[in-house]
Amino acid sequence: MKRRMKMLTSLALAGAMVVTMAGCGGKSNTSSGQGTKEKSTSTSQAKPAEDTGKVLNIQVWNEEFKSRIENHYKDYQKVSDTEGKIGDVTVKWTITPSKDNAYQNNLDTLLPKNADASADDKVDMFLMEADYALKYVNSDYTMKLSDLGITDDDLSDQYQYTKDIVTDKDGNIKGSSWQACSAGMIYNREAAKAVLGTDDPDKVQEAVSDWDKFSETAKKAKDKGYKITSTVNDTYRVYSTNVSAPWVTDNKVSIDPNIKNWVDNSKKMVEAGETTTADLWSDDWSKGFYPEGKVFAYFGPAWLINFSMASSTDGSIANKGGWGFCVGPQSFYWGGTWIAAATGTDNPNLVANIIKTMTTDKDVLREIADKDSDCVNSQSVLADLASADIPKRKPTKDDGGSITWILGGQNPYAQLAEGASKLDLKNISIYDQGCTEEFQAAMKNYFDDNASYDKAVAQFNKAVVEKYPELSTD
Amino acid sequence: MEKTVKPQRNNKVTRYNKWGYIFLIPFFVVFVIFQLIPLVSTIYNSFFENYRSGLQQIGPNFVGLGNYQKLLTGGDFFKYFGNTMIMWILGFVPQIVISLVLAYWFTDPSLRLKGQRFFKTVIYMPNLIMAAAFAMLFFTLFADTGPINSMLQQVGIWSKPYSFMSHVGSVRGMVAFMNCLMWFGNTTILLMAGMMGIDTSLFEAAEVDGATAHQIFWKVTLPLLRPILVYVMITSLIGGLQMFDVPQILTNGTGDPVRSSMTLIMWLNKHLYNYNYGMGGALSVILLVVTAVLSFAVFRFSASSEVDN
Repeated sequence: MKRRMKMLTSLALAGAMVVTMAGCGGKSNTSSGQGTKEKSTSTSQAKPAEDTGKVLNIQVWNEEFKSRIENHYKDYQKVSDTEGKIGDVTVKWTITPSKDNAYQNNLDTLLPKNADASADDKVDMFLMEADYALKYVNSDYTMKLSDLGITDDDLSDQYQYTKDIVTDKDGNIKGSSWQACSAGMIYNREAAKAVLGTDDPDKVQEAVSDWDKFSETAKKAKDKGYKITSTVNDTYRVYSTNVSAPWVTDNKVSIDPNIKNWVDNSKKMVEAGETTTADLWSDDWSKGFYPEGKVFAYFGPAWLINFSMASSTDGSIANKGGWGFCVGPQSFYWGGTWIAAATGTDNPNLVANIIKTMTTDKDVLREIADKDSDCVNSQSVLADLASADIPKRKPTKDDGGSITWILGGQNPYAQLAEGASKLDLKNISIYDQGCTEEFQAAMKNYFDDNASYDKAVAQFNKAVVEKYPELSTD
Repeated sequence: MEKTVKPQRNNKVTRYNKWGYIFLIPFFVVFVIFQLIPLVSTIYNSFFENYRSGLQQIGPNFVGLGNYQKLLTGGDFFKYFGNTMIMWILGFVPQIVISLVLAYWFTDPSLRLKGQRFFKTVIYMPNLIMAAAFAMLFFTLFADTGPINSMLQQVGIWSKPYSFMSHVGSVRGMVAFMNCLMWFGNTTILLMAGMMGIDTSLFEAAEVDGATAHQIFWKVTLPLLRPILVYVMITSLIGGLQMFDVPQILTNGTGDPVRSSMTLIMWLNKHLYNYNYGMGGALSVILLVVTAVLSFAVFRFSASSEVDN
């Protein structure tokens, strides 16, 4: 009996193994099939196919785009927090937070299966951020805007950099944004008065117009008890926008001289006690949104000013209108949201219409700027805004207020428009997000004196290869 | 007569045994689906190069022991293994001492401790909190501008905030402290069960023979507690090797400073960022072997005298 049992179990085990192997074999077949990209059949046809879908699925990572649609897309009727209607098409929102790459993981699972998904489950539209947009733009899972009937003419008023980010390797534009996220230095007016004796944007700009002057101001700020920035990572984007080569060329990771400048300048400032090494978005970082935090300046675009700086909380600097805005040492951009049409959508005309309305219709863009204080992606609208008298509207719990309130009456659009027109984003790669995250994390060790620069770089190299095994490093 | 009775008895036993096997089926089905198949497929996957690069699938290509070689030659494996063991020992030693003392007090009838039930519940409480929530709490408490720093500054102990998260000792210490705090209640309960299982007549006999409390603890309680202690050791060791949630959340997945608090499972998690089943599988297999070897060593070492006896 015992022997027979033994035999039975070993048979069962062997069977289980065979089954598993077979399972793996099957899986590997299909996945290698995925590797060879399906060639999209769409040859630049002027008009997209008829809409047949009853459901419009939109993948997003937060509420922002949804509220833009709710407020500014006329035919949209809100049904519930995750559902709406445009005519007789149901709009379904799927929100997956960006944290820990969850949003991209979700897309990476859905998009390859999109062609075979049932009509109601097909992803029709999704959003992308600049740091990883190329990954999707260079794949066949996004549609060319020209195939949707959106012409270069329609996009001519947009800023060039917003088009560069979503231009694939063959020169096709595959996404569109309603925001131009050119950014600048947001300084604490009270601190500027104490440190520089003035809070006038032009005078402050003079004091920070290049990195040498910036560090001089940092010294002065320290003497008055202010940190020049909340953390070293505040200035990272300023340097990284102005690099001379992408993070990765020919599958090789290299650290750009301007990124090295960031490291050197930041190290000096940390050692001098002029800034900290806290992470972005941490509590330590956001302490400076309040007067007690004693932070001289943050670096960011319009959305940071309006959505992230606690403008609706009593006692915050933003709520009192205590910030000022200037360009800072170098022009840069941060963030932004691009809308892409997913290949395989069964509502191409509706998708095209939404993209066109939300990102090229000047009236809608002006409305977005007025109501939500976005720095919109239209050269002519921004020019109008720069000379317009924008009423001050105090931020409340339900309303972000107007940007002119937060900036103490200052109209920042002239600077924002100037910054946006200067931006040149030829040096982006699909690895930017991972490289940025890992580089900041690794350099924190150098700034904190836990590792030499070389050791920190070694850690960065290691972490990048863990994330992207196909890359090599020095 | 006898010859005919014997086989009959055997038949009956066999018939009863059949039910035993039938009752075992649910376990075996669950075991095969949720344990054996994943285990075997992990081992199988570990021999392949198989990951995602953005939207592209690379592999699976058979690479033999290539993944193992990559893991073991970089020197990282031993570093993270060391980190894991250091943080485990830092937490386990105080944990076992505190638990032993508490269990001894709780089970000693001559102490007549009041409110035992209350305290037993309280010390078990930390275990009910999710490790992730616990780590998040510590992260906030010990932030540069968090309450601990501002308290210590106000009292005047420090003139400027101490960055707990930027120092090797404090990060490892916090991880160890959290693990200790979370698990000492559980260990106490286990040890108490062990102590209460010891025949009280042995204690009485020792007392009659004039042994002091000290002698009773070292000469009677501890030796008889050995099986439970070994159990606690091994389960804690396995749990320690798989340490993940606390350091992961506390350091935001980086294992900083300079990856000195990166545990093996956190490293495994890094490989899963791009669905790298090959490297992940290889690391899991190595971890399985290490766990088996260490558990066996602990078992041999602690139970050796019993085996000899």
